[in-house]
Amino acid sequence: MARPGGIALKLRDPGFWGDNAALIGLIVIGAAFSVLTPYFLTWANISDLLVSASILLVLATAQQFAIVTGGIDLSIAGNLPWAAVIFGLAYNGGFGIALSALAAIVAGTLVGLVNGLVIAKLKVNDFIATLGMLGVMNGLALIVSSGQSFSVTSPFLQALALGSIGPVRYFYLIALLIAAGAHLLFTHTAFGTHVLATGGNREAARNMGIPVNRMRIAVYVIDGALVGLAAILLVARTGGSDPSLQTSQLLTSIAAVVLGGSSLFGGRAAILGTVAGALVLTTLLNGFTLLQISEFYQPIAVGIVVIAAAILSRLQR
Amino acid sequence: MSPVLEVKDLRKQFGAVEALRGAALCCPAGEVTALVGDNGAGKSTLIRCITGVHPPDGGSISFRGEPVRFSAPTEARARGIETVYQDLALIEDLAVWQNMFLNRELTGGFGPLRWLQRRRMIEETQARLGRLLVNMPPVRAKVRRLSGGQRQSIAIGRAASWGSALVIMDEPTAALGLRERGAVETLIGNLRHEGIAQLIISHDLEQVMRISDSIWVMRGGRTIAQWRTKEVDRTQVVAAIAGGAA
Repeated sequence: MARPGGIALKLRDPGFWGDNAALIGLIVIGAAFSVLTPYFLTWANISDLLVSASILLVLATAQQFAIVTGGIDLSIAGNLPWAAVIFGLAYNGGFGIALSALAAIVAGTLVGLVNGLVIAKLKVNDFIATLGMLGVMNGLALIVSSGQSFSVTSPFLQALALGSIGPVRYFYLIALLIAAGAHLLFTHTAFGTHVLATGGNREAARNMGIPVNRMRIAVYVIDGALVGLAAILLVARTGGSDPSLQTSQLLTSIAAVVLGGSSLFGGRAAILGTVAGALVLTTLLNGFTLLQISEFYQPIAVGIVVIAAAILSRLQR
Repeated sequence: MSPVLEVKDLRKQFGAVEALRGAALCCPAGEVTALVGDNGAGKSTLIRCITGVHPPDGGSISFRGEPVRFSAPTEARARGIETVYQDLALIEDLAVWQNMFLNRELTGGFGPLRWLQRRRMIEETQARLGRLLVNMPPVRAKVRRLSGGQRQSIAIGRAASWGSALVIMDEPTAALGLRERGAVETLIGNLRHEGIAQLIISHDLEQVMRISDSIWVMRGGRTIAQWRTKEVDRTQVVAAIAGGAA
């Protein structure tokens, strides 16, 4: 009898399914919705779906930086409205779009820096430190804005939200470029290797002379900067900044990273999986909307998918 | 010729506890020196003082004939003293070549975004480990996919291949099967031929008798006996460790 070839061999390897859980989930869910509704597999819908996934994708990439060191960033849900408010305040204060956008990124980065310093220098657990910062930043966003929402309208933001290069919208092009950059950082730079080592075995990394505290601060700084960038996309999409924004994106950003195959214990960065994870979660919501299924069922479906992915990821190599 | 490492009358106190009260050691080039003793004899403290983890309170350490005091393990490593800890200090989710070059990456460009020269590092890992290991694991494989013996070999091979003058190994074959133990002992033999001094802490006296050139015994923070291995039998070593006549 002929021996199974390379592809057949791969398909028999449980590790293959574990490593590619999010991608396989995306294909299965996409195929199911394509059969169930003719509106799913159209370029207009796919483009809308990608736009909807963009902010989550940037936040999930930010979250990936924290998770890869064995940490977690709960302050994303406070940092996002905080950076958006700073953007709105700066723009309405006459600073122009470029400086306002820069202010949002700096505001996000500062939150990341504080997170990193508290975690690495003061030895506070990541979960507790960022949970604390979540509350602090939610409060600060309300204080500096006096609880007011700001309208932010500019031709640049409109172009950012609606414009495209050919059929490719700027919105998801930016998100995909950020994810690609993070992937290259982890796989092709010494810095990325040192971050992975810090998350994989902190003591061993320290023994090899890697400055693990500096690495942990650096990942939270990058994480914060990316949240600042996500805030700009959010303002561009909604046309304003809302300090009381109760974002559900925190949990979905963690879910996307876990779906993508990254370990919550650190040491493993699967950016391409994270992209697939973010797309799975967005596709589920998109498909449910097209099928006119009550939104009450959506969190249940998302929860089941996350648990299924976690089970599959146990097969990882 | 002066030995690679010479330790004389080393002392170290932690509060009221005298961990070292006159430890001595000598590791010549191209030889395997075994350090044996019961738990709490001071072996680990001695290693930590040599490699800069703890500053000694007194005594002397000479490296290649020159008095040294390392204030951090990185300083010891920079001078050519590599330690293979029991946990091996390998990163499981990185490939063999990434572990081999960890914090010594060959890169292009500058600053934090130095670009990895992956192909060069893969080729060099193959060359460096291929010289030392009989059954070399695939260098692109992640460490988590390797057996215990393969991991041990990678850790020792990494320590040895960076031009080290002295490789210190803490229980290098603990928790390994017979076959894997054999592979590691072969590697130790290869390093001896390369002229590298090796210091091995081991509780496995049969192995010590088999692979070492000299044996140093510690008890109660002191070095109490030393022999050329071929001039002593196992019973004498056991008696010295247990506190009988040395």
